[in-house]
Amino acid sequence: MNTIKSVVTLALLAALVGCTGPATTSPSGAGSTVAPTESKTLTVVTHDSFAISDALKKQFADETGYTATYVAHGDAGTLVNQLILTKDSPVGDVVFGIDNTFAGRAIGQGVLTPYTPANLPASVAELKPDDSGSLTAIDFGDVCVNADKLWFRAKNLAIPTTLDDLAKPAYKDLLVAENPASSSPGLAWLTATVGAKGDPGYLDYWTSLKANGVKVVKGWTEAYSTEFSGSSGKGSRPLVVSYSTSPAFEVPKGSKESNTTALLETCFRQVEYAGVIKGAQNQVGAQKFIDFMLSKQVQADIPGQMYMYPADTSVALPEEWVAHAPLATKPFTVSAAVISADRDTWIRDWTAKVIG
Amino acid sequence: MTHSARQGWSLSWGFWAIAVLVPVSFLVVFFAWPVAGLISRGFVIDGVFSLDGLSAVLSSPRTWRIIGQTLALAVAGTLASVLLGVPGAYLLYRTRFRGRAFARALVSVPFVLPTVVVGVAFRSLFGASGPLGWLGLDESFAAIMLALVFFNYSVIVRTVGALWSRLDPRADEAARVLGASPVRVFCTVTLPAIAPAVLSGASLVFLFCATAFGIVMVMGGVGFGTIETEIWYQTTQLLDLPAAAALSIVQLVVVVAALLVAARARTRAEHALRLRGDDTTEQPWRAGRDLVPTLVTALVVLGLLGLPMINLVVRSFITADGWGWRNYALLAGTGEGSITVPVWTAALNSLTIAAQAAALAVLLGALVSLVASRRPRSRRLAGGVRLLDAVFMLPLGVSAVTVGFGFLITLNRPPFDLRSSPILIPIAQAVVALPLVVRTLLPVLRAIDPRQREAAASLGAPPGRVLATIDGALALRGLGLAVGFAFATSLGEFGATSFLARPDHPTLPVVIFRLIGRPGADNFGMALAASVVLAVLTAAVMAAAELVRPKEAEL
Repeated sequence: MNTIKSVVTLALLAALVGCTGPATTSPSGAGSTVAPTESKTLTVVTHDSFAISDALKKQFADETGYTATYVAHGDAGTLVNQLILTKDSPVGDVVFGIDNTFAGRAIGQGVLTPYTPANLPASVAELKPDDSGSLTAIDFGDVCVNADKLWFRAKNLAIPTTLDDLAKPAYKDLLVAENPASSSPGLAWLTATVGAKGDPGYLDYWTSLKANGVKVVKGWTEAYSTEFSGSSGKGSRPLVVSYSTSPAFEVPKGSKESNTTALLETCFRQVEYAGVIKGAQNQVGAQKFIDFMLSKQVQADIPGQMYMYPADTSVALPEEWVAHAPLATKPFTVSAAVISADRDTWIRDWTAKVIG
Repeated sequence: MTHSARQGWSLSWGFWAIAVLVPVSFLVVFFAWPVAGLISRGFVIDGVFSLDGLSAVLSSPRTWRIIGQTLALAVAGTLASVLLGVPGAYLLYRTRFRGRAFARALVSVPFVLPTVVVGVAFRSLFGASGPLGWLGLDESFAAIMLALVFFNYSVIVRTVGALWSRLDPRADEAARVLGASPVRVFCTVTLPAIAPAVLSGASLVFLFCATAFGIVMVMGGVGFGTIETEIWYQTTQLLDLPAAAALSIVQLVVVVAALLVAARARTRAEHALRLRGDDTTEQPWRAGRDLVPTLVTALVVLGLLGLPMINLVVRSFITADGWGWRNYALLAGTGEGSITVPVWTAALNSLTIAAQAAALAVLLGALVSLVASRRPRSRRLAGGVRLLDAVFMLPLGVSAVTVGFGFLITLNRPPFDLRSSPILIPIAQAVVALPLVVRTLLPVLRAIDPRQREAAASLGAPPGRVLATIDGALALRGLGLAVGFAFATSLGEFGATSFLARPDHPTLPVVIFRLIGRPGADNFGMALAASVVLAVLTAAVMAAAELVRPKEAEL
């Protein structure tokens, strides 16, 4: 009720002061502050898949004394673009959820203040997008083609293993992938094909995939839960672009074996980062939050909450993951800088080639 | 009695000033300013005003293909909704039969279902391995059109039904007695009378179809794009603000043109209506007379609306170990951490936010409708009233992405530093619901014969009393429906909400989106069960809204 009252008050207030007109946005000088700022509140801006357990959030609040507000504004791309748009008046203090397909843009646009936590584990340091120290890796995962083992067993067909296999006539009309223009696993897997086949070789590869009947849908849900035969959606295609962890969720009760498997030679490694937002009102708090995200407890909490691998590899993984969700040994890689420079061109060329 | 009192422009200027200023200020601060803020950035390149973005977009063949697709889908979706919806309005609001209240509530459910869920329900029907796969409709123009009708059918049924139920049947009967065939009676007597509501509903549906986002992306595969999907892509993925701004302008032009056409047609139609009476008259269902509308409506409700919904309900009972309630039992938990709060908590969040949004939208919408229903004699004032009416439709014609991003860059300093405030969610939803509220209340208020007000005034009623007893009493009939629509819109709103959502206070659609984006039978099952919960909540709200229509409001 209070809210209604304040809304009405606000509307009346608006009526009284009248239209203030569009605010003039003057590009404020990016002067670096000498001492890091601190305040009692901390605003954490995340992508829409962010999750850690309430107990840990409370622990963070208790230990630091901050009142932390968590805001989610969309997927990784949306998140970065919002940070760029609000450079003059930042939406928060610390950001989590920028991945390596958008890291280059965030760093290049100067929306982050460098911060490197002390005693960074080697496995975390290895995942850094560049040497600027703007972003710290928190977790990662592999985007790979998943196969419905039961389907292939029933058809007595060998499960494909490589990218080239997917373009073979034996696997015609079997693969469903996500549109890289509207889906982050879609973009990650497009990047995998760029990493594997080079630029412009990836376009020829996609031409052959198209000739082999690849189906492209809007997003992960449409691909995995509607088209893929190995999920509870019971679609018609036995190959889907998903995550290397997905098979851990397709283990029937009482069984030791998953109904699906990830093709580990078709993967792209997606890394998710946290960083201090430039112009943050609580820079100290932002740094503490990044340290917190790298603490053993949060790192151990990540697999169950966000379905990603902790960046700190000394942290134990859930048993089902060890059994059913192995990582790719050699995922295809493309540097954050190259992705940042060419991503839009890849998507445009891909759209022209595959969709027309 | 002054001259103006007889014109219905009778209350003190103070009241009317507030009735105009409050909603307009709200719209300016929470819609016009953010949208203008973002669009204007698209026209400033390196600090200099530039039309390069606009000309680049307009000279691209892709843009014109997308505009063509948008218009084709919107026109097809609107026509189909009207053709199927008018018989539905007749059956559900003009005849009496058992189960009518249930049927009325049922048809409004699709309107609020999250598109991602509808996508799953439709695609698993039409997909290659689905029961209707043999139709070959998957990813076709027809499939998107059917999905658009699925969402918008109730808009036509409700807006037309609300007016139709109040039409004096004696005109029809007189025509029949004079020997006119039923078809002829419908075309010459009934249709002109219900035309304002048909046009009102059609213009709403056109806007909904022209700005449809999720369903086009989900149903159309990758071959179809609309202006809305293109704005989303250019803004959130490419941050190409000049292109997004140009497309927003194109979209506004389409929307304003549609509104102008509709307003013109409506003004002409509304004249005819004033002659009609206000008695509520329903007739018991009769096979001979009502067979055709019954067949059409049964086909739509059971087939087009029913099949995907039944599919959804059936699937919500499929679990990893066969049939059962497991998915519903799981709603009390957080699905092993898939979501931040239990689904029931999210449902409570949704209800709270929806109550706030509905209160706000109905309060503001009632003020707008009161003003817009006046017919001032002064030409300038009459023009102003028409403008007000049109301006409050605009939120339907602007992309949620544009509004959401606009909020972030404008509402960033006191007194409007609201970007991480929970208050912004009901506000954003109220902006979306406002046009629906206005379009629901206006036909009812406009149909009031000015002579009723004059009669009351000449009997000595002060202006405030006239407003309360004539306008107020009649508006109450539409109010239940307006509250229902606003509540339902808020319950199902995802576009703007997804930009403002707070992970610790998610709404039901946000939780569903989250669950359905995760692998595993339990997550998928919970998403479907939660969607059924959302559907049941909506049906309950709409059924309650029907009941609130007070009897004493009938004059």
